[in-house]
Amino acid sequence: MTLLALDWILILEKLILIAIIVFASLGIALYTTFSERKVAAVLQDRPGPNRAGPMGLLQPLADGLKLIMKEEIIPNSASKALFILGPAMAMTAALMTCAVIPWSSSVELFGRKIDLQIADINIGILYVFGVVSMGVYGIMIGGWASNNKFSLMAALRGASQAISYELAMGLSLIAVLMISGSLSLKTIVDQQMAPGAWWNIVYQPLGFILFFICAMAECNRTPFDLPEAENELNMGYHQEYSSMKLGFYLFAEYVNMIMSSAVMASLYFGGYDVPFLDESSLAPNIAAIIGVLSLLTKIVIFLFLFMWIRWTIPRFRYDQLMNLGWKSLIPLALLNMLATGAVILWQQG
Amino acid sequence: MQALTNRAKQVSRDPMTFMERLYLPNIVKGMAITFSHIFKKQPTIQYPEQKREFSPVFRGLHVLNRDEEGRENCTACGLCAVACPAEAITMEAAERMPGEEHLYREEKYAAKYEINMLRCIFCGLCEEACPKDAIYLSETFAPANFTRKGFIYGKDDLLIPDKNTAPEEYAAARGAARN
Repeated sequence: MTLLALDWILILEKLILIAIIVFASLGIALYTTFSERKVAAVLQDRPGPNRAGPMGLLQPLADGLKLIMKEEIIPNSASKALFILGPAMAMTAALMTCAVIPWSSSVELFGRKIDLQIADINIGILYVFGVVSMGVYGIMIGGWASNNKFSLMAALRGASQAISYELAMGLSLIAVLMISGSLSLKTIVDQQMAPGAWWNIVYQPLGFILFFICAMAECNRTPFDLPEAENELNMGYHQEYSSMKLGFYLFAEYVNMIMSSAVMASLYFGGYDVPFLDESSLAPNIAAIIGVLSLLTKIVIFLFLFMWIRWTIPRFRYDQLMNLGWKSLIPLALLNMLATGAVILWQQG
Repeated sequence: MQALTNRAKQVSRDPMTFMERLYLPNIVKGMAITFSHIFKKQPTIQYPEQKREFSPVFRGLHVLNRDEEGRENCTACGLCAVACPAEAITMEAAERMPGEEHLYREEKYAAKYEINMLRCIFCGLCEEACPKDAIYLSETFAPANFTRKGFIYGKDDLLIPDKNTAPEEYAAARGAARN
């Protein structure tokens, strides 16, 4: 089966994997909107959505159906092509991140060893960063193309916030890369999984806190949700959007949350590693399934943390946001990087 | 200056200490507070399935009473309409014909009796003005409606069902708590 000197089964297996991961992350995003509302409700002593289906479990389907059935409005003064491109880019960028995340070790099916990772490229984490910064274009283009003052303002805020926080994020990441010596997410996870090795959070507690704060800013989550500050900007960059185009923006936010949780879990919390369990002693297929569940558990914990923070603290003012980003996070990240480098040099020397 | 209550708190304008400028300890404190709310009892009443208990003096939707034999009490004297501060009540009187004695208690009755529930302030003065014990405020309230016209309640909405022939509807019209 080597037509054109290509391994066609490999392509088929990757296509299936892509389909599974994309639909799974969309499904999880759908239910993240539901759990967001439930968590918000429970933290505020309310029961939350409980009418659609048992315990309100069909609520996200009803929400999705509502979004699809709504009238599709494109404002007269909007730039049509860009107006449509905005949400498409936001969603594409959000989903593209999942390509390099190692979901688990490999499974053996039909005599083939299948890696549960779409592409183990050697610059994995750089790819994540590149794609995540593309997401800002979705916000920027959408807000600008709407031809609305508030949307434009929100888009500007989103762009400047993303640029400021990506710096600190990248700097705190460099410290991790210095420890691991590799840009491949798979290698970083495998290093943390090795017997006797600790998770990176042990070596990089400050780096993780910085990375987490920046990830929140990248996902436009409260307290950094200035691009969609309802009470200042009506609704933010997606004010003119309706129907599923609005849905794409909203879903993209949740997919982004899931992906940054996965990245954080892989970088700092051992990815699909189960603590105090030697995976190599298990059958490879069982180990892979346990790995997926372990990574999903970590993602869910991170998602809860995101929501918990959102429903606890208020939004930053714009100058506070910039002060925090440039005057606190970046110097701290630089310091962290220097300290890590010094310790590594001292250990070698 | 003497404070009116002891609840006023002096706002501190001191520059923030280092721990405060870190923000994180206070954020963690706030998150602990919100987390503790997960375990609090929710005060929500799931409305259509559960209903809040009214107090015994609750003044709700009006009912027009019947006597023990199921005859209408109202004689269309108009005292309720006069007493009504919101001018929500209108009525038209009619004379009882021979053979209608089982329907109306006295020689005169209300052929038309309307209360505009949007005007009504549920003060209960009509109840006090009535010499025939004909109008009472029940322990139910007016449900939502799509039009303003829907809130003008006629006699068929107000008249209480006959206790002898339809006891369940009678209880529902009076309200749950008082039967």
